[in-house]
Parts: sequence; structure tokens; C-alpha cells
Amino acid sequence: MNNEDIIIRLEHVSKSFGDKKVLDDINLYVKKGEFITFLGPSGCGKTTLLRLIAGFLAADSGVITMDGKDLNGVPPHQRELNTVFQRYALFPHLDVYDNIAFGLKLKKVPEDEIDRKVSKVLKLVSMNGYEDRDVNSLSGGQQQRIAIARAIVNQPKVLLLDEPLAALDLKMRKDMQIELKEMHKQLGITFIYVTHDQEEALTLSDTIVVFNEGRIQQIGTPTDIYNEPHNEFVADFIGESNILNGTMLEDRKVSFIGHDFDCVDEGFGENVPVDVVIRPEDIYIMNNTEAAQFTGKVKSCIFKGVHYEMFVDTDEGYEIMIQDYNAFEPGSVVGMLIKPQDIQVMKKSCLMNSFEGTMTSDESVSMLGGEYDCPKTEGIFKGDRVRIDVAFDRIDLLDNDQDAPVTGNVAFILYKGNHYHLTVITDSGEHVLVDTNDVWDKNDLVGVKILPEDVHITKIGS
Amino acid sequence: MNKRSSWALPYLIFMILFVVLPLLLIAVYAFSDGNGHFTFSNLLAFFTEPKIMNSFLVSLEVALENTLICILIGYPVAFILADKNLNKSAVTVVLFILPMWINALMRTMATAEIFNALGIQLGKGTLLFGLAYDYLPFMIYPIYNVLNKMDKSYIEAAQDLGAKPSTVFLKVTLPLSMPGIVSGAMMVFMPTVSTFAISEILTNNTIQLFGSIIQEQFYNMMWNQGAALSLVMLIIIGITMFFSNNEESANEGGLL
Amino acid sequence: MTTKKLISQAYLWLILLVLYAPIVFIAIFSFTNAKSLGNWTGFTLDIYKSFFTVSNSAAESLMDALKSTLIIAVIASAASTLLGTLAAIGIFNLRGRKKKTIQFLNNIPMLNPDIITGVSLFLLFVFTHVTKGYVTVILSHITFCTPYVVLNVLPKLAQMNPNIYEAALDLGATPLVALRKVLVPQLRPGMISGFILAFTMSLDDFAVTYFTAGNSGLTTLSTYIYADVRKGGMTPELKPLMTFIFLFVLVVLLILNVRAFNKQKQTETV
Repeated sequence: MNNEDIIIRLEHVSKSFGDKKVLDDINLYVKKGEFITFLGPSGCGKTTLLRLIAGFLAADSGVITMDGKDLNGVPPHQRELNTVFQRYALFPHLDVYDNIAFGLKLKKVPEDEIDRKVSKVLKLVSMNGYEDRDVNSLSGGQQQRIAIARAIVNQPKVLLLDEPLAALDLKMRKDMQIELKEMHKQLGITFIYVTHDQEEALTLSDTIVVFNEGRIQQIGTPTDIYNEPHNEFVADFIGESNILNGTMLEDRKVSFIGHDFDCVDEGFGENVPVDVVIRPEDIYIMNNTEAAQFTGKVKSCIFKGVHYEMFVDTDEGYEIMIQDYNAFEPGSVVGMLIKPQDIQVMKKSCLMNSFEGTMTSDESVSMLGGEYDCPKTEGIFKGDRVRIDVAFDRIDLLDNDQDAPVTGNVAFILYKGNHYHLTVITDSGEHVLVDTNDVWDKNDLVGVKILPEDVHITKIGS
Repeated sequence: MNKRSSWALPYLIFMILFVVLPLLLIAVYAFSDGNGHFTFSNLLAFFTEPKIMNSFLVSLEVALENTLICILIGYPVAFILADKNLNKSAVTVVLFILPMWINALMRTMATAEIFNALGIQLGKGTLLFGLAYDYLPFMIYPIYNVLNKMDKSYIEAAQDLGAKPSTVFLKVTLPLSMPGIVSGAMMVFMPTVSTFAISEILTNNTIQLFGSIIQEQFYNMMWNQGAALSLVMLIIIGITMFFSNNEESANEGGLL
Repeated sequence: MTTKKLISQAYLWLILLVLYAPIVFIAIFSFTNAKSLGNWTGFTLDIYKSFFTVSNSAAESLMDALKSTLIIAVIASAASTLLGTLAAIGIFNLRGRKKKTIQFLNNIPMLNPDIITGVSLFLLFVFTHVTKGYVTVILSHITFCTPYVVLNVLPKLAQMNPNIYEAALDLGATPLVALRKVLVPQLRPGMISGFILAFTMSLDDFAVTYFTAGNSGLTTLSTYIYADVRKGGMTPELKPLMTFIFLFVLVVLLILNVRAFNKQKQTETV
């Protein structure tokens, strides 16, 4: 990547609030003139990152540069970028003109030039003639336009937008999306946009950065992100998808939901467990069962405005989501087809839980902030540091959190066709992955129970 | 963010110098004699000297009576002022708060002058009248505030459920206005105990409230003894605060 | 319903009558010459004349006391407003234990009876060998006035869009400019009501001034009246002064409230 084209670069940026790590080793560059979006669920760190770039917060470690210059210690008012805030943050005691002219007046721009710039920028946001209006009398959409005008009138090199459309109603949001895209084209400045709305990100961006829990999950163009998600989080967060456990049999051959399929992925090795992502609109559904790769029975069918959304139980006991322009009655037997290029295969991030702990006796180990019984293992004694492996499906989650050594909260739920794959964050802050058939809700408080025979320990450093 | 929280620093330093340190000094002086040696005798005097104990008990009695009088007179006033059907004028509310903006000693003196002019002997009766006169606005305002902010749908709900007006008042309005009564009582009780000039003016110095005793000790250069009595008051305030430790009710007491 | 209303109104006006009787009484007898109240010896403006012309030593020291009272009140409430506003912004941005501690400290001067505040500050100045006078009185008044400013400014901060200050920085304002051009205009109503409250608390104070003025000859209205009582009589010139203060406060409060009332009505009809 040519350095000339890069306006902002982040290297190893980390930030914590108290004990909570909000951003963990972020590496990222932003190209001049691009529309880049930080996308992720609330609390993923995207807004924090934006505030670091704007200078409202300081990173704990790492470097942020703009045009090659280190921004560390540069206060917000000296950074050549401007922000559009989520709730507009217009100055209520100033009228539209004075709000927009605020930055120019501070720079001591001559008055006639301010007049010219303000009226020009008001035209750009289609608010000409509103100079003397009281900002409190404007509608949400109008206030948002003024907030944008107030930022871009200073001709910043980079415009930061913090969920600028979140407070608007759906129709207004759609209109503003188009206008923002238009403005970006006209102005030619770099836009860094933060949103939790994946559809908005796909519509607007040149590049999308997907965040979760303080880490970058994937960087790519909207098409890349949608068609080739790198992991199950991205696949689940962007659009609708079926995420299933599979096995890569060999190059270009993958097995899942009890059938073997041709695919286009290579280089995973042979007989390797993988995650398979199929977008619901990529599954062909038909009444003809003979030409089908696999068959099933329609469970439900809902009209979604343009297409029908159906859940189909396959003969092998998996539940699959399908979107199609044709409706298939619940109860009808259907056949299904998936084209090789529509099968997205992802390497599994891990195959089982792996924790570190200390033996508290020969038959018990302290891990995840609690104490678990384990089988006696030769050569491992009290006080040894050990690695503990536990399979996803060997962990029991209990309603009654008092019955388990460790408690945690359900942070992330993924349906895998025939079971749920949960991420539980323990009170000690560690992640425990659990496969279960029980239905839990996000943020449920659960007890984490593991039977002694399912705890596999190995000594560290031996 | 972090920088702006440091704006409280000057005030914090100021409070340590002018609030915390002085209060500690009260304790230091209370436990030392004239030569700076540690002693319990100042504090013991509170229990052993009949004059002090007497005045303390009289003060508690007077403060209690005054608080009750203020509640009995002030609650109906606050209730009427807050009821849109009974009182539509905002000016009436202002008229009740207005006396607070006139120097208290001036008002007290005026009251005493009236008693003199009417030929009424200054004593406990005039003291209670004058105290109620001085402190009534402090009782009315917090109660009015709570009643005024109270969601009227509670009352409508009670009526809807078949409660008589008297039941509505006893079971809904009164319990909900308790925070106002408590914070009003706080603003009347302790200041009454500690008042000194007002009681002197209203009784021609025949009844000495606890505040007058403290003031007298300081006037006679008996700082350590005075500090000990102040410490007793501080402890009582601490205890009352502990029992009515209800941040919301304490905050209702604002005057503007 | 109407009898209930009638009784209610009668009760209100009865209490108001009792509340205002002494003040009105003093005001009436400021227009006669008699030494003792209740003894009308004919209408005259003599006391007013001697009050305004400061024709005797009692009137002179009363005038001095009035001046000192005003000087102390103005300086103390202005300083409290400055200190309290900064403190409120700081407190608003604090979290957890630090915030609770500082709010607790802020409550102490409001909960302490005046005499405790007075005594504690007296001991401070004795302990530190500071000569008591204007400075000590003003510092003491700032001590008990600032908490009220803090309490008046904090709600305004809570109502404010938290990004406004950052927006100003973002547009190129230094923290000081952002404070002056954005924060202060937003907080102004709270600062003004805090200032007014601090001003009246300072004017009204007796106990704290009594303990912290020392014997440098500094007298305020309160300590002047107290000395008057000890001497056993009311300086005649106090009567016109009280009449003026009463009328002044009455007019100011009525104007303020009628304006606030009209404004409220206006916003309701819009």
C-alpha cells in the first residue's frame, strides 16, 4: 500500500475502561477519500475508536497517525478532522448560522467569507434560507443536516460520523443515506462512519471494518464481507445466514447436514472440521425432490414484502432458512440445491475450549475463577500450572447458578441448524464456548458446570 | 473527559481546608484543655453541668414543638398551594417564600417589637410563635415541592379504586409527601436547637437554647468547652442524617 | 367545592396576614417619631430623613453595616458561583466513589446548622492565627454558599447534550473557549439561580459572620441588629431600611415570577 494514499493509520491501538478492554490491538489504515465504516453491535468498541481518532479519548497504547504525523498528545481542537455527533450536539443557544460559523469564527476567517461558506454549505445540505432559524425549532432530520454542515464547512481532511442517522425514522434514514453518499462524492473528503446497522454499512461504504468485543473481525468491501465472511460472527452479523458445522473432506469437497457438496474452497487439508455459511437466498427450493441434493419438509412460511422466508426441516434433522420469491406451503415436501460458489467455508477459530489453571489438589483444578474436580492424572500434582481442554458439548449450563463453581452471562448465540453454539463470558472475563440444545437468551445468567471426566488436563511447560 | 473531572479539584481543596479541617478542629479542641493536653472533661461537662443539660433538654423540647407546629400549620398551606383547584395563583406561592429573603434577625426583631407593643410578656409562648414564624417557609417549601411534583394519577387511581377523599389523603397523598415532611423537619429541627440570637430576642434572654450556651462559651473565651458542645451537636446531626439518609428527600430542600 | 375553596383561601390569607403583620407593622411605624412601637404620634418623614442624610452616628454605622453586608454578599456569591460552577462540571464528569465523596462533602455545609459552621471556621482562624475581618468573613460565606451553586448547576449539566462540549473542541475551540462560548451559555440559568441563592444566603447570615468577623469593627446588618438588641433598643433608622428591603424584595420577586409565569404560558400555547 502506497503511504501517499493513506490518511489515517492505527497501529496496535488498545484502550481499557477500568478492567474492561474495549479495544484490543487494533491495526487499520484509512485511504484518502474513501468511505469507511466501523460496523458492530453496541459495546463492540467502534465508537471508542472514533473518539480516539477525534481526540476525545487517549489510547492506552499504540499509535494513531494522520498524514504520517503522530496524533498522540494533539488536542481535539488542533486535529484537522471534524465530527458529526449521534445526537447532533448543536449549540442550543446559537442559531443555524452561528452554529455553522462557530469553527470559522474561531479561525478568524473574514466575515464575508464566512457568509459565503455558510450559504454554500447550507445549499449542499439543502437547507438554504435557514440561516436565522433557531436550531431547537428544527426537526431531527434538519438538525442532522445542520450538524453535517457545521462539520464540513471547516473543510476537514476527514469527517467522522458517529451513528448520525440512528435517531431518525426509517424513511428519513433511507433518504439521508442517499444524500450522504452523494455528499461524499461531491466533497471528496474521507468519511469514517460508525454504525450498528449492517444494511446501512453495506449501502454506503467503500470499506467495512467489522468489530466485535474490541477486536477487528474482518476488513473488506461490502461484497467481500457479505459473500466471504471470515468467521461465524461476521456471517451472523451481516445479513441472514445459515451457519452449520461441516467437514472439509478434501479440496473442493465439503460435508455438512449429512450430505457431501462440491464447493470452490481449497487449502484446508483433508477431513478438517469447518464452519459452512449459506445465505438463505442462495438455496434453491423446488417441489421436485428427485433432482435435489437434499430434501425436507417446510415448517413455516412468512411473506417478507419482496420474498418469502421459510424454515425447512431436512430429513436429517437440520433446520435451514431459505428465502425465495415463491411460497411453499408449510407441510409440503421440498427438494433443495446449493451451487458450489454459494457455499462459503470458514476455518473454525477453535475446536474446543482451552483454559489455563492451577491444580489445587491432585484431583481438582482452579480455572475460570472457580474450582472444578478433574480425574487424577499421572505426573500432575497440586500447584502445577495446567492447560484444561473441554469439548463444546461437554459443558452444562445451569439455570440455578448456585449449583456451579463458576457463573457467567450468555454473550453470543448462534443457531447451527440442529443446536445452539453459545459464547458465555464468565465473571472472570473468560470466554466459554458451549454447544447445547437448550434455548437461552442473550445476557442470561448461567452456571457453568463440567463433569470431572470431561476435564482434560495437560501440564504446561513440561 | 478525564480532564474535565479535574475541574472539581479547586473546590475539593477548598472544602478540605474550610469544611473538613474546621470540623476536625472542633473534635481536636473538644478533647483538649487550655494547654493543649488531651482531656475528657469538656465533654463530661455536657452531662454533669445541670445548666448545660437543662438547656439541651429544653432545646430539644422547643425544637420538637416548633417542628410539629410548623408541620401542622405548614402542611395545609403546602397542600392548598399545590392543589390547582384550590389555588390558581403562582403569586400566592411567592408570598409564602418571600419572608425568607428578608433578614431573619430583622423579622424576629419586628416580631418582638409587636409583642412589646401589645404588652405581651416575652417567654416560651412568644419564643414558639417567633420560631414558627421564622421557620414556617422552610417547612412549606419542601412539602409544596413534593406535592407539586407528585403524579396526580396516583390520586386518580385511588379514587378509581373506590377510596373516599379522606382515605385518598391518608393512604396515598400523605405517605407520598413524607419525603417533603422529612426534609422540612430537617430544615426546622436542628436549626431551632442551635439558634441563639433569635431565642435571645424573643425571650429577652430568659430561655437559653443550646445554641446560646455554645455562643456564650465562645464569648467567654471557653473555646474547648464550646467545641465539646458543638461536637455533641455534630454527633446528633450525624445520627439524624443516618436515620433519614435518603438522598432524594435531602435534595428536595432546594429553595429556588 | 366552592366552600372548600373559600375555606382554603381564607386559611392561606390568615397565615399570610400573621406572617406579614410584623413587617407591615414596622413599615407603618417608620412614618412616626415615637420611640416605642404602637404609639402613633403623627405622620412624619423624620426617620427617613435621618436615614438618608446619615445625620447621626447610629445611622452612620447602620449605613456602614449595610455597605459591608452588600460588599461581602457580592464578592462571596460571585466567587461561589465561579467555584461552584467549575466544581459542578468536575463532579458531573466524575464517577463512582470520588463522585460520592465530593457530593457528601458538598452536603455538609448545607446540613450543618449555621452555628456549627461558624464555630468550626472560628476555630480554623484561631488555629491558623489568621486575623479575622473581611477576608475571613468572605471565605466563610463562600464555604456555605458554594454548595447551593453546585446543586443549581448540576441539573443543567444533566439536561445538556453531553457531546456539546466535545463538538466545540472538535470545531477548533480550546477548552477555555469551549467553556466560555458553549458551556457557560448552557449553564447560565443554573448559575444565575445559584448566584441569587448564594447572595440571599450571604445577606441573611448572622451566625457565621458573628463568629468569623472578629473584633476589627466589621459589622454587617445582622451583627448590627444583634448588637442593637443587646443594647436593648431598635435603632429608629432600621425601620425605613426594613421597609425598603421588604418593598424591594416584593417587587423583584413579583416581577420575576410574573415573567416566568407568562413565559410558561407562552410556551404552553405555542
